[in-house]
Amino acid sequence: MTPSILIFFVLAALAVIGAVSLILQRHPIHSALSLIVVMVALAGLYLLLGAEFVTAVQIIVYGGAIMVLFIFVIMLLNDGEEERTNFSKLATFGGIPLAVAIAGLIAAAIAHSTGDLPAATANGSLTSSKTLSMLIFTDFVYPFELTSFLILIAILGAIVLAQREN
Amino acid sequence: MVPTNYYIILSAVLFGLGIIAFVFKRNIITLFMAIELMLNAVNLAFVAFSRALGKPDGEVFVLFVIVVAAAEAAVGLGIIILTARNRRSLNVERVNLLKL
Repeated sequence: MTPSILIFFVLAALAVIGAVSLILQRHPIHSALSLIVVMVALAGLYLLLGAEFVTAVQIIVYGGAIMVLFIFVIMLLNDGEEERTNFSKLATFGGIPLAVAIAGLIAAAIAHSTGDLPAATANGSLTSSKTLSMLIFTDFVYPFELTSFLILIAILGAIVLAQREN
Repeated sequence: MVPTNYYIILSAVLFGLGIIAFVFKRNIITLFMAIELMLNAVNLAFVAFSRALGKPDGEVFVLFVIVVAAAEAAVGLGIIILTARNRRSLNVERVNLLKL
C-alpha cells in the first residue's frame, strides 16, 4: 500500500464520517460543523489529485465564506434542535424504494465501467494556476462573464429578499 | 497512484449521503447543507476525471460550480430568513403554503 493510497483512505473516511455526522446530528450548528469537516477533507483530496488552485478555492470560498454565511444565519435565527416528525406515507412507500433504485443504478454504472481510465495523478504533477487562468480567459471567457451577471443578480435578489417591508 | 475509480466511488457515496440527508432532515437550513454536500460530491468527480484525462477543463467547471453555489447560498439564505420571519419556524413541514 503506497502512501498516497493511505492518505486517500484517511481523507475519504474523514469525508464519509463528516457526511454521516451531518445526517445524525439534530442541531443545525453541529450539522454545519460536520459539513466543514467534509469540505476540508475534500480539499485534501483535491491536493492529492494535484489540483492546487481548486484546493485553495475550496478552503477559502466553501470552507470559509459559504459556511460562515450558514453559521451566521443559524445563529441569527437562533433555531434549536430539530423536532421529530412522522414520515409521510409517500416518503415511506415511494421515497425509500426510489433511493434504493438510484443507489443501485449508480452502483451498476460504476461496476460496469472497466478500469480503462488511467490512474489519477499518474505523474504527480500539479495543474498550475497559469494553465487554469489561460483556459478561463480564452475558452471559457463567455461563461466567466456570465458568472459576473449571476453574482450581480444574486446580490440584488438577496437584498430584495432580506429587506424589511415598509 | 490512487485509481480514479476510488474517487468516483467516494463521490457517489457522498452524493448518496447528500440525498439521504435531503430526504430525512426536517430543518430547512440542514436541507440546504445537504445540497451543498451533493455539489461537493459532483466537484470531486469533476476533478478526478479532469486529472485522469489530463485536461484541466474539469477544474474550470469546478470553479464555476463553486461560483453558482455561492450565489445559491446567498439567495437561499435570504429566502430562509424571510421564511423564518413569516412562519416563526424552520421546519419544512410547516412551510406548506403551496401544498394542495
